[in-house]
Amino acid sequence: MRTTSKHFRAQVTEALGNETLQASLEGVRRVMPKIRAAAVDQCDDFAGLCAQAEEVRQHSIDHLDQLLETFEQQVVAAGGLVHWARTGEEATQIIADLCASVDCRSIIKSKSMVSEEIELNIALESAGYEVTETDLGEYIIQLRGEKPSHILAPSLHVSLAEVGETFDAKHGIERDVPPTDADEMLLEARGVLREKFLSADVGITGANFLVAETGGVVVVTNEGNADLGMSLPDTHIVVTGIEKVIRSLADAGVLLRVLARSAIGERLSNYTTFIHGARQDGEISGPREFHVVLVDNGRSQLLGSGFRDMLRCIRCSACLNHCPVYTAVGGHAYGSVYSGPMGAILTPAFAGLPGTVHLPNASTLCGCCESICPVGIPLVKLLRHWREVSHTQSLPTAGERFMLGCWRLANRWPFIYRLVTTLGVTLVRSLSVAGDGRQRWLKRLPFFAAAWTQHRDIPAPVSNSFQNQWRQAKGGRKP
Amino acid sequence: MPANESAKTVALFATCLVDLFQPEVGFAAVRLLEAAGFKVKVPDQGCCGQPNYNGGDRDGARQIAVGLIRQFAGYDYVVTPSGSCAAMVRCHYPELFADDHELGRPAVELAQKTWELTSFLVDIAGYDTGTAALDASVTYHDSCSGLRELGIREQPRRLLSAVAGIELREMEQPEACCGFGGLFCVKYPEVSDQIGRVKTDSICAVDADYVAAGDVGCLMQIEGKLHRLGEKKIKVVHVAEILAKALPEVSPKGSRRAVDADD
Repeated sequence: MRTTSKHFRAQVTEALGNETLQASLEGVRRVMPKIRAAAVDQCDDFAGLCAQAEEVRQHSIDHLDQLLETFEQQVVAAGGLVHWARTGEEATQIIADLCASVDCRSIIKSKSMVSEEIELNIALESAGYEVTETDLGEYIIQLRGEKPSHILAPSLHVSLAEVGETFDAKHGIERDVPPTDADEMLLEARGVLREKFLSADVGITGANFLVAETGGVVVVTNEGNADLGMSLPDTHIVVTGIEKVIRSLADAGVLLRVLARSAIGERLSNYTTFIHGARQDGEISGPREFHVVLVDNGRSQLLGSGFRDMLRCIRCSACLNHCPVYTAVGGHAYGSVYSGPMGAILTPAFAGLPGTVHLPNASTLCGCCESICPVGIPLVKLLRHWREVSHTQSLPTAGERFMLGCWRLANRWPFIYRLVTTLGVTLVRSLSVAGDGRQRWLKRLPFFAAAWTQHRDIPAPVSNSFQNQWRQAKGGRKP
Repeated sequence: MPANESAKTVALFATCLVDLFQPEVGFAAVRLLEAAGFKVKVPDQGCCGQPNYNGGDRDGARQIAVGLIRQFAGYDYVVTPSGSCAAMVRCHYPELFADDHELGRPAVELAQKTWELTSFLVDIAGYDTGTAALDASVTYHDSCSGLRELGIREQPRRLLSAVAGIELREMEQPEACCGFGGLFCVKYPEVSDQIGRVKTDSICAVDADYVAAGDVGCLMQIEGKLHRLGEKKIKVVHVAEILAKALPEVSPKGSRRAVDADD
């Protein structure tokens, strides 16, 4: 997976200066936790449901090989085919070959994070196909040549006015000024996309879950675009990750109940579709060819690693919406299609740690994500685990490693701690300025500590530590 | 408080931030623990190892933890005015030494007797604020580790509300992180500042006399930002300070000076 995560700092600066993005993020921060909490409150036993969901996903991960085999047998029995892709390149090649085999010219797609991960559109377009995204948000960023900034709301960073300008530039409609009304834009996009739906030869969708016992593919959307995309063209290709397989329809029921509540604060999303195979004899609609492309692309490596729990993820995006870092900088800053806490764990796994080491480090470890994850992923532990791997590989800066090394030594024996902190405090206090009362303040610090005083002051450390004062009190002297 | 608890000794784990930056928080904690009827000792101590642990340096964290485990071995309870340091000991020490034959058990023992101050006062000591009184409005910021690793939410609010004259005013999203995050605040200062600004905005919107929290790290982040902004109306305090301030004046005999210190 390609990322620009090594430019995290520059991307953060850009994101913080982007007023449109900041306005959207403020909306996420204020609204999303509230509507999720309201949906959880209305649910009889959400915690119990989450425990079930965790069990369901854990069962998937623990029985992945068997479930995938069963799933393939059932898909074949229903007239479909399953294709196995070890890497993103293999997956895009398989899909391009499938398109070639049916004389495809144009392709319609519904939103799929796996297709973003493997950069499917780039591969298909360079193979000469016209690819049209049909999820409205995804369509907007496709027109703008951008990547998703949120795994569920990909065009979160785009303002309504910018959408109008984009449509005006790309739709070739004669008019004096770009559209400004949301409903008008929606109708316009619908008109353009309807033509694409009707003329497409291949429909590509992702999958939320794969049901082993029936060979079913579960697709959840709010716009119904996937349903058109999978039923109008003659060929339907599903592309998804191997970890999406689950045991049974009953399990799907559990997951669907936590998914929409976690994602958008609703009991269910607008459209939940179970697809089973190709059009059968006697059926009057549906695709004549049905393919499922199962992508590994690093997932089986996670199985045997300390990051195994991450494979439970159902991509609900609740961890993004509740993350102080994500809601401060948005998805593009991460430089990966997967952002927020889940992205900070998945991205190093898929793209390698050296170029992505900022992501697991840029977290306050506040644990909010973990507290609302519907499948109980220990996100904080996994973020910290990446830091441990990073430390082992000496990836943190020399300054940071030096500081941690000093702190380790300083705290080994109390007298060293006393000596080191007394020296340090004396040094730092010499840089302080007087404030109100007895408190002294630091307004400008050198070296690594300059990062603190860039934006904040810091109360100066005290000349006489608590332990000193305590010892003096014990010795009968006044502190 | 149960009668058999009264003779027990509490070792105060002040934390390095209290030790070096805010000794008054340490003394406030001592006053509260004494008011709750405990003998308080302060053994020689350093850091709990969080910077190393969260920085990915497990070995370093273990080395630092060894010191703490030894220094606090002989006491009935270890109490600390910090949710994150308490969580470090309670939640992470046992895991750090899980495979250590020598230190595994002492690590678990320390974890089991270590408490964050407000949860100790409410859940263990059954502390009654008694005649404590203070005319002030207070808004409380939930520090992340205490809240999510130790479930500390009601305890500080219950203690504050029990003080005559204190009016608790909730800010918007009191459970939202302040952006401190240990080393995070110096590694990613811009992000830390943006998160901090959201927090200080919601604090300032409350119009309270004090903003209180249970972790000095959060307090430094919040106070540092407010000071830079020139916002002096609201005072930033540790919850222990405000609770101790509300205690009736003690006679010289019963003051903290008369309490035994530890070697």
